Amino acid sequence: MKIVKSLFGPKTRGRTFSFALVIVAYVIISVLQSGHSIPRMITALLVPVCSYIVAAIGLNMNVGISGELNLGQAGFMSVGGFSAAVVNVVLSGVIGNDILRLAVCIVVGAIIAGFVGWLISIPVLKLEGDYLAIVTLAFGQIIMSLINNTYIGVDANGIHFAFINNTIQLAEGGKMVLSGPMGVTGNTVISTFTVGFVLILVALLIVYNIIYSREGRAIQACRDNKIAAETVGIRVSSTKTLAFVLSSALGGAAGALYMMNYASVAATKFDFNTSILILVYVVLGGLGNMTGTVIATSVLVLLPEMLRFLSSYRMLVYAIVLIVMMIVTNNEKIKTFFASFKKQKGAEAHE
Amino acid sequence: MNFRKVLKGGMVAAMAMSLVACSSNSSANGNGSAAGGSSTSTDAFKLGGSGPISGDAAVYGLAVQHGAELAVKEINAEGKVKLDFNFQDDQADAEKAVTAFNTLADWGMQVSIGTTTSGAGQAVSSSYQQEDIFAITPSGSSPAIIYQDSDNEANPYGNVFQMCFSDPNQGVASADYITEHKVGTKVGIIYRNDDNYSTGITNKFKKEAEAKGLDVVTEQGFANGTTDYSVYVQKCKDAGADVVFLPIYYQPASQILAEAKKQGYEPTFFGCDGMDGILDMEGFDASLAEGLYMLTPFSADAEDEKTQNFVKAYKEAYGDKPIQFAADAYDAVYAIAQALEESGVKASDSTSDITAALVKEFTSMKFNGLTGSDVTWNENGEVSKEPKAVIITNGAYVSAE
Repeated sequence: MKIVKSLFGPKTRGRTFSFALVIVAYVIISVLQSGHSIPRMITALLVPVCSYIVAAIGLNMNVGISGELNLGQAGFMSVGGFSAAVVNVVLSGVIGNDILRLAVCIVVGAIIAGFVGWLISIPVLKLEGDYLAIVTLAFGQIIMSLINNTYIGVDANGIHFAFINNTIQLAEGGKMVLSGPMGVTGNTVISTFTVGFVLILVALLIVYNIIYSREGRAIQACRDNKIAAETVGIRVSSTKTLAFVLSSALGGAAGALYMMNYASVAATKFDFNTSILILVYVVLGGLGNMTGTVIATSVLVLLPEMLRFLSSYRMLVYAIVLIVMMIVTNNEKIKTFFASFKKQKGAEAHE
Repeated sequence: MNFRKVLKGGMVAAMAMSLVACSSNSSANGNGSAAGGSSTSTDAFKLGGSGPISGDAAVYGLAVQHGAELAVKEINAEGKVKLDFNFQDDQADAEKAVTAFNTLADWGMQVSIGTTTSGAGQAVSSSYQQEDIFAITPSGSSPAIIYQDSDNEANPYGNVFQMCFSDPNQGVASADYITEHKVGTKVGIIYRNDDNYSTGITNKFKKEAEAKGLDVVTEQGFANGTTDYSVYVQKCKDAGADVVFLPIYYQPASQILAEAKKQGYEPTFFGCDGMDGILDMEGFDASLAEGLYMLTPFSADAEDEKTQNFVKAYKEAYGDKPIQFAADAYDAVYAIAQALEESGVKASDSTSDITAALVKEFTSMKFNGLTGSDVTWNENGEVSKEPKAVIITNGAYVSAE
């Protein structure tokens, strides 16, 4: 009974539902994939979808749960991704197993992005609202410019860095990992859908555990009323830092997964547009609603590709669909429609 | 109560169905966007390609699409080789380019004109290698498109070729041209330091200039989105440069030319193929570009019959003057057609056989096109053709020879 309650109780039902959704989706897709009944176009999109989902879950932690508008999530993806690219080359001779190496890349990407997130949070979290949004936006641009001008090479003597001008002279057998604006090239593709799926589960697990913990309630208290939270003894700055760092670390992990899925990625991929795109996933999915984020991200990443048959009108139709979706999901009648659905289920459970 | 439940369940099911329908549609209608008088007969080779048809770089993708479509139409009319052409949008983005590649693979692509832009091309070359599909990019000039190890230009993909000069080769050719034709002795460089194309050319140019004894007096890097170029022009003026090398696209170049005029600075300006289009730019005073040198493989004003026919047909079909990207794509399709015809492979052959035959043919044949005559390729996929320099005189391109 206790297990049933902990899984299906009124507070945790949402959590169970999101795990169930992700697992069921994974099983269905895996079965279809093994039967070769989905087109390659969709198969190739599975890893980027997973990666955007993780980044969006992270951003939702920041925007939805902590209530701070962050316009620089792509910057954290970028930090995580490019760190992972370096780690991958360094470890390519040490760890032979691709999955294990990928896991290490993702963890390192998350840690470095989390650390950068912590550094940024020191000045950033002194600000609020619009000001904070603008600073995070600027941060995303700075990261992009920095990486655009950074050259990293790896050879037998270690890792070499150069800035603005490529002055690196590599020893025999060395490899350039990052060549400024050309980005990472000749990357070995090691990301798999299964790893992406596991990463989503881990992200959900972490986020839900924080939300339902003491810290999570403190974070939400700071969001709802900062003064009230302070009066009951919550340290606002450190609770907000927790949400911010977690968000950036998940962004970094997502970036690492993304980077390892392509032979070549340039820093300009993680620009302001990508940040906004992830924010759109979060907003459409619902602030603070992780299940919604997972669904919205999957739909919005796949949609423009599904619309390819429209040829030149593709992006126009995509934009219209986006507008319609935003209006429809915000419609009160539809909201109550779904709410009544939920209530019925709840009533049945009580019976 | 029960009725409402059924209704809701039905709606959910309907939504799921529509999603499924959507996905099956996209795979079945893969050739819905096929264009260019394509025939669906079984003896036609399936020619794929991708480029930005939407977004910032759409002008290049559309030019490639149009140029290639025109070539496909002409080749199909001639009837020796039949091509079925499908061009997908990749928004000049690596992620979208991979999806575009897979869409084309679902369609059954047998041969490809690759991607239009470099960043996208770098990401899909490995896919082309894995699937063993021959690709020749009309305009992707980064060395990382044909080499896995682009810094040492080693380890080529083998089945990915280039129709245009690679960025480093343009840098080398520019430095050679400036020395050999004594355009100047003191060179100032203004380049975009966050751009693959611009830094690629600049780096090789500097190396070659050093080797040829050309004096690079100053180099100024600017970032994307710069609006005021007075500082960069001033620095070149102060350093006494008599040639200013501009390995950049024409939009910023036009502003640099205007700024130089304002400062009364009159060096010789020298650009690469990205400068193509400056004369047609809206609101640009063409007199500023007087005396500007540029290396470009194609100029729509050239007098030869081939170019004239192409420009005429292009204008009739699409209403505007073709840029160099369109000419590159036109040549790439003709080169593929020539190789297919000479090698004698059939569309019913396996893709690997077609690829092997094409690689063999490309590395041994000579091709005459709009962007060069007696064009050859080496086994790495690099093109070898005579770089052409033009000088702008009285508002038109004139061959600089």
